[in-house]
Amino acid sequence: MGRLSGFRVTFRQMGKPRLTTEFPKEKKEKPARLHGRHVLNRYEDGMEKCIGCELCAGVCPARCIYVRGADNPIDDPVSPGERYGFVYEINYLRCIHCDLCVEACPTEAITETKLFEFSFTNRADAIYTKDELLVSDDGHAKQMPWELWTGGEDDDTSAWMRVTSPSGAASYEGRVNWSGELGYGVRAPERGQSERVASEEDPLLHFDERDKTA
Amino acid sequence: MRLLALDPLFDHGMSWSVFGVVVIKVLVAFAILLVAVLLYIWAMRKVLADMQNRIGPNRAGPYGVLQTLADGIKLFFKEQSIPDSADRPVFRLAPYLSILPAFLLFCVIPIGGTVSILGHTTYLQVADIPVGALWILAMSGISVYGVMLAGWSSGSKYPLLGSVRASAQLLSYEAAFGLAILAVLIQANSLSTHDIVFLEQYGTSWHTVFSDAYWLRTFVAFAIFLIAACAEVKHPPFDLVEAEQELVGGFNTEYTGIRFAIFFLAEFMNVITMSAIAVLLFLGGPSGPLLGFLSPTNPLNSWLMPIFWFLLKLLALLFLSMWVRASLPRMRYDRLMALGWKWLIEIAILWVLVTAALQVAKDQGWNLVLTAVITLAIAVGAYGVLYAAMPKQGEQLEEEFR
Repeated sequence: MGRLSGFRVTFRQMGKPRLTTEFPKEKKEKPARLHGRHVLNRYEDGMEKCIGCELCAGVCPARCIYVRGADNPIDDPVSPGERYGFVYEINYLRCIHCDLCVEACPTEAITETKLFEFSFTNRADAIYTKDELLVSDDGHAKQMPWELWTGGEDDDTSAWMRVTSPSGAASYEGRVNWSGELGYGVRAPERGQSERVASEEDPLLHFDERDKTA
Repeated sequence: MRLLALDPLFDHGMSWSVFGVVVIKVLVAFAILLVAVLLYIWAMRKVLADMQNRIGPNRAGPYGVLQTLADGIKLFFKEQSIPDSADRPVFRLAPYLSILPAFLLFCVIPIGGTVSILGHTTYLQVADIPVGALWILAMSGISVYGVMLAGWSSGSKYPLLGSVRASAQLLSYEAAFGLAILAVLIQANSLSTHDIVFLEQYGTSWHTVFSDAYWLRTFVAFAIFLIAACAEVKHPPFDLVEAEQELVGGFNTEYTGIRFAIFFLAEFMNVITMSAIAVLLFLGGPSGPLLGFLSPTNPLNSWLMPIFWFLLKLLALLFLSMWVRASLPRMRYDRLMALGWKWLIEIAILWVLVTAALQVAKDQGWNLVLTAVITLAIAVGAYGVLYAAMPKQGEQLEEEFR
């Protein structure tokens, strides 16, 4: 049966479950820190976090961010402070979702959602303006017609912020030193790294902790 | 003896209503074949997907059943290009030469029993010509012209290579194909497709299906027929004609739009008609047990049951074709030729001799078992001698290097 055993293989496959995710109908769960489309966050009182410092534009390796700052109007300030982001544009034809802008931002104004399912069909749609990037009054990202949101994609927009220490120390334990967000309040820190289940099977275990358990 | 038709439809001469029946049969057969191809391509893609743990077409219509139609409409509206170096009239003609034999082949296949339409008794097949079996051979032979001329008239390398392969392959396997059919014809004692079906007659009850043992008398020819028919219709694992990895697309590389679609259609239409011919020659066609509690003249028994048996057998063979497509890798070209010339043709010839001996034994009243044993022994011995005389692969190489 050697030469004909291929027939058995193909026949057996017919009853097996499919691995395909039927994408537009269903989506797979994404990693918590996936880099997707950006949002511009606001404080709990509705003030914008962006101060128009242009650090994000400066650090961007793809040069896709364009920022112009302006002085806050005294009678109706947009952000708490001297200046605010007057123009804020991200060109998604160029953005490589490296998250360097998020790291550079001194006020946690720009973070990334987990949405990557957006298929614009012209250049004007590809360049997101400040109106489109800024979270709406309930703290959720504004949804463009060409974006496919299925919920949960902007829940942990600042997950990266919540687990990384400002100094980047690996042994950092979650400690709140960030500002609150419109719609969410001050978010709780993620579980610290040493609280992880100390089992050898855990692939997420940090390597120096693995040495300790061995 | 009438030369053109054995169908009882023409017993009382021609009239307008007889003509009408013929036109109806032609149109219905045409429509059935086209719809069958659409459904076959869809089913094949679904089954292949199942066998590869995929989902397959599922967007157009329920379960993607309209996918082929959508593809056809798309191809119909695409631009048609003709290469500068092409032989334009032949290039235009070739797709039709490819699809026409596929249609004509289907004409002689009985898909049901004897029925009455508009008060005329007739067979459920477009034409029952006295030389139906020869017609099958002729049409399957002619279909190589479409492929050959398509490749040649493209004025391009890969199509030419593909069409040369096609003609070599078809000529090689046509011999085994014809001999396999011959083994059936010797027993059926007729060339008419209708007669073959009803002489081989699996019978109308379950008892005769087993007592007749027709399948035992033809299973070697059946195996040879299936392999040769696969090669005839360029079905995997014999699809070297359009080996994508080597020849871009083979003979149809330069074709676009609806002309390409016609080649595609012809290819799958040929798979269906070849399966139908296999059902007709080896599996008893539309014959099979009828519903016992109804009279044989009841419309359910005269119309529905034969069509049901025919479809059931046809679907089984078509599933086999999909299964083969999913399971077997494409053959190497020299292996293809070796299989055709060193195995199939010899075995087919010897099987024809065995069948003929058995038929003579039956007519003369000899001991059938003894005759079978003796002739089989002679056949195996003869093949042994032939095999010993064949150049082996190593020797052949040495000869060429010298």
